[in-house]
Amino acid sequence: MVGDHGLKKFLVISAFLLPNLLGFLFFIGIPIVASLGISFTQWDLLSPPKWIGIENYKTTLTNKEFWAALGHTFYFIAGYLPLVMVGALAIALILNQKLKGITFFRAAYFVPVVTSWVAVSLIWKWLFNPEYGLVNYFLSQFGINGPAWLQDPNWAMPAIILTSVWKDLGFVMVIYLAGLQGISPSYYEAAEMDGASAWQKFWHITLPLLNPTTFFVTVISLINSFQVFDQVMIMTEGGPADSTSVIVERIYNHAFRYFEMGNASAISWLLFFIIFFITLLQLRIQKRMVGDGN
Amino acid sequence: METKQHIQSATPVIKISELDSYKVAKKILFYLVLVLGAVIMIIPFVWMISTSLKTTGATMVLPPKLIPDELNFDNYKNVTEAFPVYRFLWNSFFVAIISTLGQILLCSMAAYAFSRLEFKGRDLIFLVYLATLMVPSQVTMTPQFILMKYLGWLDTYQGLILPGMFNAFGTFLLRQFFLGIPKELEEAAFMDGASHFRVFAQIIVPLAKPALATLAVFSFMQSWNNYLWPLIVVSNPKMMTLPLGLSLLQGRWETNWNLMMAGVVISVIPVLAVYLFAQRYFIQGITLSGMKE
Repeated sequence: MVGDHGLKKFLVISAFLLPNLLGFLFFIGIPIVASLGISFTQWDLLSPPKWIGIENYKTTLTNKEFWAALGHTFYFIAGYLPLVMVGALAIALILNQKLKGITFFRAAYFVPVVTSWVAVSLIWKWLFNPEYGLVNYFLSQFGINGPAWLQDPNWAMPAIILTSVWKDLGFVMVIYLAGLQGISPSYYEAAEMDGASAWQKFWHITLPLLNPTTFFVTVISLINSFQVFDQVMIMTEGGPADSTSVIVERIYNHAFRYFEMGNASAISWLLFFIIFFITLLQLRIQKRMVGDGN
Repeated sequence: METKQHIQSATPVIKISELDSYKVAKKILFYLVLVLGAVIMIIPFVWMISTSLKTTGATMVLPPKLIPDELNFDNYKNVTEAFPVYRFLWNSFFVAIISTLGQILLCSMAAYAFSRLEFKGRDLIFLVYLATLMVPSQVTMTPQFILMKYLGWLDTYQGLILPGMFNAFGTFLLRQFFLGIPKELEEAAFMDGASHFRVFAQIIVPLAKPALATLAVFSFMQSWNNYLWPLIVVSNPKMMTLPLGLSLLQGRWETNWNLMMAGVVISVIPVLAVYLFAQRYFIQGITLSGMKE
């Protein structure tokens, strides 16, 4: 009887869990372990893989192109992150003022978020066209002779940053809006009784209480920015003169253009470690800030 | 912000009527910023549609015209004749819908096991699921490609769909939601002799509808907009999804922006239409997508 009961239980659990678990092991678990193994080999998919120890990591860490790509990724983050966060917070603060038509504006700001990166990149590539693009035409109205943007090594990355800010602004804004709506009005009422100015209220109530939201936005935006790829691939393919080559673009090229599976896997694990440590660091900082607040 | 400060710090000394006019001025300023922002968000789409209706010559005219002199619908015909755009569209739909249905089913079943069934090692398995969320998809991408190659799944639907169907995120999301559903309802059902399958299908799933809808939108968008994975596993144009197909247009028509924009319009319209219908779920779903990475 007991055995029969156990068998039935086992079958029920299997039915619910196994379809997911088996697929998960096969498509996620095995590839993660395999990726680590492959990163210690030399493998072009034509001949069998050759174990070469930490050679791939050595080559990558002494490779100028890798460091350049890492630098460009940081450049992207340094431009993108402050712009998207400050811009999104500003719009969220205004939308939180209980004005009429919020639903319309929120919807408008959100349209680029639901559009695919490929479509967005193509649209902006055309907008940034040096001769006939809308951006340079707009600048010319103010007597500014716009740069060649994506064809200019100095301006290609700023163009990619602007495009990315445009696409993600609505996403970050919605998260900030949710955070703002979670702040109890009683805080503001108390501050108003004490005669606090709008600026004081923002600085001493809104911003500190938004801390968890800001932390969340920073963590996910940073993780996403380290994986910047689609827009780069469509708009510049890493050019001109490698000025926009980024980490994931390196991984893609090593794996699927040069067929160096080992090298590509090694870079992807370096990317994992970078993201892992930066997230850990942020958690530390967040903890310390919360501690200070108390 | 500065204006706001200025206004507020001045309030104690001014009369009510002035206070009102300041409030109005503040409102006007806010609306100006919002409208300006909204214009910046919308203009690129207007420009996309406008360009898609121009002749090649008209795209190279200064000053650029937002409304073309004559509407030229040939671009749409030419794009669909030169590329199997409708096939791209169908592939995108098929892949996105199957991935979404698959994820919903697989994730909700596993989430039921993780939240309602008790067995040895349950929490350990769940912890392993969670740990994989930390690993960026670029790490698994290369071995997944090799796997597809050895299975002969390059240029197939299963190659496009299956690897993306198993991610820990959906399971995690639904498990959290299921844990919040009170157990009293099920207990009554079990007393009446209901099986786990019945409780799952008739109690848990109906109660979890909002979470399921949100996950559905999230998975659909993820799949619909995915570029990198199709780029890796597909080389036959017949199997391409829209984003990948669009990137092909680029190689063919380096300077014919009117044709390219026609292709972009075809790819953007379906998602925009769905978005307008299900805005709420979209916003929730996309907000979740951030948490996944």
